[in-house]
Amino acid sequence: MAERAPLLELRGLRTVFRVRGREITPVDGVDLAIGAGETVALVGESGSGKSVTALSVMRLLPGTARIDAGQAILHRETGPVDLAGLDAEAMRAVRGAAIGMVFQEPMTSLNPVLTIGDQITEPLLVHGRCSRAQAGERAVAMLEAVGVPDPARRLAAYPHELSGGMRQRAMIAMALICRPGLLIADEPTTALDVTIQAQIVDLLEGLQREMGMGILFVTHNLGVVADMAHRVAIMYAGRIVEEGPVAEVFARPLHPYTRGLLASVPRPGEALALRRAGGRLAAVPGQVPSLMNLPRGCAFSTRCTLATDLCRAMPPDRVSPGPGRGVRCHHWAAA
Amino acid sequence: MSAGGTLIEVSGLTQHFGRKGWFGGGRVVRAVSDVSFGIRKGEVVALVGESGSGKTTVGRSMLRLIDPTGGKVVYDGTDLAALPPAALRPWRRRMQYIFQDPYASLSQRMTVGEILTEGLAIQGIGTRDERMGKAARALDSVEMPRDALARYPHEFSGGQRQRLGIARALILEPEFIVADEPVSALDVSIQAQIVNLLRDLQERDGLTMMLISHDLSVVEFLADTVIVLYLGRIMEMGPVDAVYGAPAHPYTPALLSAVPSTAPGAKRTRTILKGDVPSPINPPSGCVFRTRCPVAMPACADTIPPDRAVGPGHRSACLRS
Repeated sequence: MAERAPLLELRGLRTVFRVRGREITPVDGVDLAIGAGETVALVGESGSGKSVTALSVMRLLPGTARIDAGQAILHRETGPVDLAGLDAEAMRAVRGAAIGMVFQEPMTSLNPVLTIGDQITEPLLVHGRCSRAQAGERAVAMLEAVGVPDPARRLAAYPHELSGGMRQRAMIAMALICRPGLLIADEPTTALDVTIQAQIVDLLEGLQREMGMGILFVTHNLGVVADMAHRVAIMYAGRIVEEGPVAEVFARPLHPYTRGLLASVPRPGEALALRRAGGRLAAVPGQVPSLMNLPRGCAFSTRCTLATDLCRAMPPDRVSPGPGRGVRCHHWAAA
Repeated sequence: MSAGGTLIEVSGLTQHFGRKGWFGGGRVVRAVSDVSFGIRKGEVVALVGESGSGKTTVGRSMLRLIDPTGGKVVYDGTDLAALPPAALRPWRRRMQYIFQDPYASLSQRMTVGEILTEGLAIQGIGTRDERMGKAARALDSVEMPRDALARYPHEFSGGQRQRLGIARALILEPEFIVADEPVSALDVSIQAQIVNLLRDLQERDGLTMMLISHDLSVVEFLADTVIVLYLGRIMEMGPVDAVYGAPAHPYTPALLSAVPSTAPGAKRTRTILKGDVPSPINPPSGCVFRTRCPVAMPACADTIPPDRAVGPGHRSACLRS
């Protein structure tokens, strides 16, 4: 991908939670940039910190959490602003207007007692963009754009009257109605069936071509990443361990964790061949370490077949083995 | 693939949930309609389909965890669907269920030792010491340390709990296992561990297995035969390589191609199905898939397509096949 104008830049972002009198660090110094019109996938397993990273950018952290260090610079037409330092009121003006959000489970993030129309027009009215009548017209147009059939009638529907796929489309309409420059989508297809997931991925790609927004796509699904992201960042225990253009990272992963993840998802046709050969799926051994009790050196060293004393003693710094690529591994060159 | 004799023969299995309304009407959920298939000893049969396809209902009906409203489940010569509940107990030992969610399916108040030996105690097998010995060996076989016996489920991670769930199912030495989405609640890097374990145990004990999964690569790795369900009916069934390699029903390639691949340069050549899965309360007439089918014809609304042989052991229920 060519260099794009930066839209969102995370610099050394660090978020801590207080848990039972102790502090844990689910996001520990994350650097990440997203350009306009670009989709960056943030990939990781549970506890990797990918969702906390997204929540930190949106400033939707629970009361037990705080951004401890670093910046989240959003570049707007009016100039750059550090989201990490904004007060609550200024942040409300950003959310919905400059950043749209879509979550995993539309049923829990939509308000069950408000109609779809009320909820889609709310961001327009809150941000004082237009009159109620204009808002209604734009809501119909937006629902049509996200592929909801019979949109004028659907404005009066309640969330429970829509299917899971339709609810996710309504969520996307709500997130994009103010035409934000950035869309943050946290596992937006995870709760959906595969045929519906394919529809939503297709829809987001089409909307991005039309509206040019940057997308931060948080997911654990490597197939969806391959399908729709331009760049990918792999998180493990609070840090980005590898990043780069999707095609390059998937063709030549440099971090042993990335290699393990990719190998554990057999590609169509491979699994049967593997089994006929009496082979086994390539599993990553062991368990994800607890954030309460992280290893002293590289967090992946407890599961890594390449780990040495160096790895167990000292966390690796980020190195850049090529343009747009980064990896945190003492032994990446052995890949 | 071990080709034993038939262990289970399911015929015309039907499960219509619902209650009569106060004035006669009421809504009926047609979860499963007229499903028939056989499972040979030692065979792994996978049920695949999206939500609402009825795959979990079929799995539970087979073990009589729910009572089917129609059809037969003939297990080793006996129709389980017709047995009174009390007569089921000796059969329970021969068939076990592995649940999706290892968090919800293990009691939090019992030690791992108590959880593993509960089924043995109910079946009146062995002394307490003998049961604990079996539990220790069951932990060995799922590659868990024996000191887990005195600990509680919450002390373990998701992958470890699923190992405990598998140990609990296997301790009764069943011949038939229903594994319902056994890895879908687990992290990607852990899933492969559990899939490998299931494969090893199935081969070691010659288990007959029904695998319920929406993950088509897990199915490809574990199953001999695959059954594709849609809205409670079988669309297509056959050997995994035939169904994946040369799908006969129009739903199957759409389902297969909807799963994105991580292969470099494999930008999809996919059929994106339009619309949603219709409600099982009011399924379409004729072929239930016709409202989303790219090749539907007017006749599809009139007739429920009979299934036809399209290859050895390979059947498809489509008017066009």
